[in-house]
Order: sequence, then C-alpha cells, then structure tokens
Amino acid sequence: MAPLSSTVVDLARVQFATTSIYHFLFVPLTLGLGPIVATFQTLWYRTRDERWLRLTKFFGTLFLINFAIGVATGLVQEFEFGMNWSVYSRFVGNVFGAPLAVEGLAAFALESTFLGLWIFGWNRLSPRLHLATLWVAVLGTWLSGYFILVANSWMQHPVGYKIVNGEAQLTSVWALLSNEFALRAYLHTMLAGLIFGSTVVLGVCCWHFLRGRDVELFRMGAKVALILAVPVTLLQLVVGNRFGEAVTSAQSMKIAASEAQWNTCQPCGFSLFQIGGFTASDPTPSFSITVPKLLSYMATGSFDGQVQGLNQLQKQEQRKYGRGNYMPNVRVIYWSMRVMAFAGVLMFLVAAAGAWLFWKRKLERAHWFQWTALGAIALPYIAATAGWVLTEMGRQPWIVQGLLKTSDANSPSVSTTWLGISLGVFISLYVILGIVDFVLMRRYARPGRPEQQEELPAPVVSY
Amino acid sequence: MDLQTIWFCLIAFLWSAYFVLEGFDFGVGMLLPFLPRDEQERSEMFETIGPVWDGNEVWLVIAGGATFAAFPAWYGAMFSGLYLALLLVLFFLIIRVVSFEWRDKSESPRWRAVWMWANAVGSFGAALIWGIGLSNLLYGLPLDSSGDFTGTFWDLFSGYTVLGGVTIVLLFAFHGSTYLTIRTAGDLCVRAVVAARRFSVLALLAVAGFLSWTVAVAVDHNDKSVFPPVLPAALGIGAVVLAVLFVARRRSGWAFAATAVATVAWVATMFTSLYPRVMVSSPNFGNSLTVDNASSAHYTLVLMTVIAAIFVPLVLLYQGWTYHVFRARVGGRDVQAPPLAPTAGS
Repeated sequence: MAPLSSTVVDLARVQFATTSIYHFLFVPLTLGLGPIVATFQTLWYRTRDERWLRLTKFFGTLFLINFAIGVATGLVQEFEFGMNWSVYSRFVGNVFGAPLAVEGLAAFALESTFLGLWIFGWNRLSPRLHLATLWVAVLGTWLSGYFILVANSWMQHPVGYKIVNGEAQLTSVWALLSNEFALRAYLHTMLAGLIFGSTVVLGVCCWHFLRGRDVELFRMGAKVALILAVPVTLLQLVVGNRFGEAVTSAQSMKIAASEAQWNTCQPCGFSLFQIGGFTASDPTPSFSITVPKLLSYMATGSFDGQVQGLNQLQKQEQRKYGRGNYMPNVRVIYWSMRVMAFAGVLMFLVAAAGAWLFWKRKLERAHWFQWTALGAIALPYIAATAGWVLTEMGRQPWIVQGLLKTSDANSPSVSTTWLGISLGVFISLYVILGIVDFVLMRRYARPGRPEQQEELPAPVVSY
Repeated sequence: MDLQTIWFCLIAFLWSAYFVLEGFDFGVGMLLPFLPRDEQERSEMFETIGPVWDGNEVWLVIAGGATFAAFPAWYGAMFSGLYLALLLVLFFLIIRVVSFEWRDKSESPRWRAVWMWANAVGSFGAALIWGIGLSNLLYGLPLDSSGDFTGTFWDLFSGYTVLGGVTIVLLFAFHGSTYLTIRTAGDLCVRAVVAARRFSVLALLAVAGFLSWTVAVAVDHNDKSVFPPVLPAALGIGAVVLAVLFVARRRSGWAFAATAVATVAWVATMFTSLYPRVMVSSPNFGNSLTVDNASSAHYTLVLMTVIAAIFVPLVLLYQGWTYHVFRARVGGRDVQAPPLAPTAGS
C-alpha cells in the first residue's frame, strides 16, 4: 500500500502545485494592473485629457484578458481542496473554510459584479459612477487577496484554534484575521502585485518607445509606472526581509532549509551562492560566497542573532512529533529563495535606472534600457513562482504546520487513475489557455496597433 | 431551528441563487448556435448576459466556500466523491469563462465561432453535469463509514440521475429563452419567443417527470415520507405550467419569473428530500452524511451566520442594482448607437 498511496499524494501535490502556480501567474497582474488602470481613468476624469482615456482603454484591455484566466483558474483552486484533499478539508474546514467563504461573499462578489458594470457601463453610468465601479472592483481584488492569504497563513502558522475529535475548530476569528504571518504575507503579496503591474506597464511602454510609436502617450504611462515601481520594488526588499523574521519564528525549519544551514550558528553568514552542501551526507559546500552576519540579521533582526540548524531542528521535531523526516527539500528551498531575492533586487535596479533616465529625459532614447525593461517583464513572474515554491515546499512534510502531514491529507477515494486524468486535463487545458492568452496579450500590447476598441463595429460585447 | 438546519437552508438558498441566475445565462449560452441568424444577433445575445454572468457565477464560489466552512465533511465527501463529474464541470466552466472575454478580441469568423461553441458546449455540459451530480446526493452513492466515496465514476449514472441532468438542461434552456424574451428586441426577440414555446412543453414534461420521481426516491432511498418533498415538487410543476401559459400569452416578464420560481423549486425539492441528510449513502444507508455529523462546530456556524446575514443581502442589493442598470433591451433600435465610444465627457 505504501508506494501506491505515496504516488497518489505525489500526484495530488503536483496537481496542486501546477494549478496554483499557474493561477498565480494571472492573479498578481490583476492585483497590480487594476489600480494602475483605475489611476489612468481617474486622471482622465480629473483632467479630461483624452490621452489618459486612451491609456485606460489600452491597459484596461490587457487587464481584462488577464483577468479572465485568473477567474477561470481560481474556480479550480476552490474545488481542488475537496476533490484531492478531503481529509485535509474535514480537518481544517471549521477554520480554513471561513475565510474562503468570506472571500467569495465579501470580495469576489464585489470584483466580478463591479467589473461587469465597468466593462459595459461606459455609456450607461455617469463618468463619476463609472470610475467608482472600477475602484470598487479593485477593492474587491485586494480584499480577495487578504482572505486567501489569511487561509494560507493559517496553514503556515495556525492560530486561534483547538483540536477536538481530531479536527481543528476555530476559537477566535480575531486571532485568525490578525495572524501576524497573514498580515506580513499580505503586504508582501500586494507589493508583488504592484510590482507586476508597474513592471508590465513599464515594459509595454518601452516597447512602444523602441518602435517609436505613440511616444508621447506612452511617456505618460511610463511616468505613472515608474512613480509606482521605484517605491514598491524598494519597499518589497525591506518587507520581504521582515517577512523572513515572521517565518523564522513560525517555521524555523523553512528558514534553515532556505539557507542550507545544517548546524546552528551565531552569528550566521548569508550564502549568496554555493555548490554542494544540500544534503545531510554532504552538508559543506565545495564552493560558496558568503556575506558575514547577514543571515542573522535577515532571520532575527539582529546581526548577532542565532539561527537554528536543520540537524538540531530535526532532532527537536522528532522529540515533539515522533520519528520521521521533518526537513523539506533543501536544494529546492535554497535556490527558490535566491531566485526570488535576486529577481527582487534586479527589479529594483531596473525601476531605479528607468526613473533616472526619465528624470534626465533620456528614457525615450535609451534603447538598451527599453530592451531591458521589456525583458524585465519576466522577472516578477519568476520571483512570484519561486516565492510560492519556497512558501509551500518549505512547509513540507506538513500541510498544516505541526498539525497535519501532507501524506495524511489526500482524498482516500481518489485513485491514481482519476488523478492522472485530471492532471492531464488541467495541464492540456492550461497550456492552450496560456498560449491563447500570450498571443492575445502580445497582440493588444503591440506597438502600432490602431486604437482597437474604438474601431470595432458597434455591438461589441466586452469593451 | 438549530444552527445546522439554518445552514442547510442557507446552502440551499445559495445553490438556488446560483442556478436561478447562472441558469438563464447557461440557457442563453446553449441557444447561441441556434437562435441568432448572424454575427450581429449573436453579439446581441452575448451582450444580454455579458455584464452579469460573472456576478452570477460568484454564487457557485460562495456556495462552495460556505459548504466548506459550515459542512466540511459534506464538502470533502461531495467534491472527492463526484471527482470526475466536477472535473468536467470545471472544464466546461473554464472554456465558458474565457469565451466571454476572448470572443470579441478578434474579428476572424473562425475565432468567433470557436468561442461561441466553447460557450455553448460549456453551458450545456455544466448544466447537464450539475443536474446529474446533485441528483446523486439524494439517489445515493456508496460511502464508507468515514464518508469517503467507494464507487466508480459509472455509479453516478442511473435512469434517475440522467433524467435529472436532462431536466436541468431543458429547464435552463427554457429559462434562458424567457430571459431573452425580456432582454432582446426585434426579430431576435420573436425567435426567442418561438424557442421559449418549444422548450416550454419539453421542460414541463421533464420537470413533472423528474420532480415526481424525486419524491419517490426520497421515500425509497432516504426514508422520507411523501409530505414535505411533495410541496416544493408541486410548486415546481405548477410554476412550469404557469410559465407555459405565460409564454403562450406572450407575458414575457411573468414567464421569466415563473421559470425562475421553477428553478428555485427544483433546488428546494432536492434539499427537502435530502434533509436531514446531506449525502445519502447507498447501499449502506447508515453511512449517510447528515447535517449533524457533517457540520462545523458551534463557533464557526455562529460566525458564518453573522457574516452571511451581513453580506448576502448586500450582494443581492448591488447585484440587483446591476440588473437595473442593464435592464434595457439589447439590439433593435439600439443597434445604430455605437456603445463603445465614450460619450461621457466628450
């Protein structure tokens, strides 16, 4: 039985990883592009400058193409808990179900209803009311993110519950909603959304500079993107770092694994790069570049702080939870942490360079930067994916930290055949959707495309 | 009434809201390949549901989330037990969701045809599978003592459950046609009336047959007496009869109201027949999930009750406003006015 059930768990994990990483390629752009488009429309409303309206419609179209897949794949996420993880669902439903239900009722309902009003309301609502519908939809997306992260953070750092008859029961909704882990994760994720939005807008504007199309118009867009990008990329470096402290107290093992820190150290250097040193039998890297004391600072907030090692933590966990391996995959966690952090620094550098060029009025001519900014669109996608791999794989072997193991949480009624079929369906569907989405996004972001919306024949459905 | 029962009723309400609202946009979707004569009319049909379908689908997300929170064991058993059926629902809903946003992003006829069919197939398929899936909760599925499904995919199909699926498809096609009769204009509206007439008879036959059978299944499979389930069943059949009469007399608004009531009555019949169980186990009836053994603890139920009491009316209110904003008929004399150029401020 053991090998069979581990295949089931592995397949269910692969499926959850695939569908949620995919979902999160679209969600943060929705979170970040929404407020930017709403800002463009607000500027149009205030100034009556038709160029802001053109930017609103241009980036609004990209926003909607992207939004569609976010909605479609979000449905899968909600169903998947019950479909693949019924034991988990029964165990956590009392606690975890609540924020999920509130997300639908208080947040998703807002965003989908008001987005419908915005898309079709151009001529039916007063300009002021029409603008308000977009801001309300944006508020919906941001609330939605909060409730989802409250649910996820409870898996990382369970609070406000008691265990009764083998299931977790909620004892304090306030503790759940104000979980420090959740608040930090929320800030981190919303900043990521804004980075997505500003990086994509900046990249698309630079694409237009490269082709010399509508330079005046996209200069205005680039300005808004840069005003946003510089502070959020910088702030994210600080917030991401502080988020690490919350992880240290809630999930010491995750931090130790993300640094491939096998033995407790004080003070601890931060390894920038290393070869080897990722397994218990080979704990010392054959080559590494280390910044002294930095890890102590990042993990604890003090340059002399102590960081516990994997081996010591493993012993502690065994004393607490019994025999077993409590370490996540160190190599994956180490590198996902670095990919995320390095991409974060790069995004800040791109934003800072762009702002400097804009200041010097060289942005429209600096081809090297324009290519860089266009390529930099990939960075937030890489960073967000790596970040979720770190968060979720770093929690293993637990599905709910310290309470329930992933290997005990799947649906007993679901066979490998069913999992194989569903995985095949999701992957093929998602690949097709991804290709169509990419083609559409490219087509509508492309320089030199005539004002598409206005020129389509009259009864066009969405705008 | 205890909290478990209140939540059972609330879940029934959420499913009713979902099916009444998404029911007509499923119906409009199914008619897309058949009713319009040209691309213009097809776009008009899309436009009748374009602003509202996403808000309608939200009720599914809410119903799913609420079931997770209030009845975790029901959520786990239902979603894992109906595994492949729900996979199909997801497939159909996904191709439908993207069809709304993507169809008008190119003018190529082939592109438009692909997404029109995606919408039609998605609408038809999702309605069919929901009908089959929910009928199974009452008809009974093999569950073990911890509520886990022990059968195969084919256990979901029986004469009763398949009729359940077909009934929902016909009822929604009817519901969608009556919706079109109040939201379209001109020639398209005339054809929507004809479609409504055709579907009215079929829907009446199917609903009458299925709801009567449901009462019998409640008695045979779920240890119910005839009395409570027969009430919503009679209401449902009565509502479809009225809808048939209204359609024949061209009372469009009333006909739409009647198909909406029939949809609510269908959900009410299923849930009344289920109570106090939420999933019937067959053959081992003792393993059935009930409102008591599947529910969350007191604290969560109280919390969720407060949240629902605040937000459900609020969502209904602003969605109602959306329907008010988009109440005008699409097409007809509006055809000439380009809806896209922003008149605002210009």
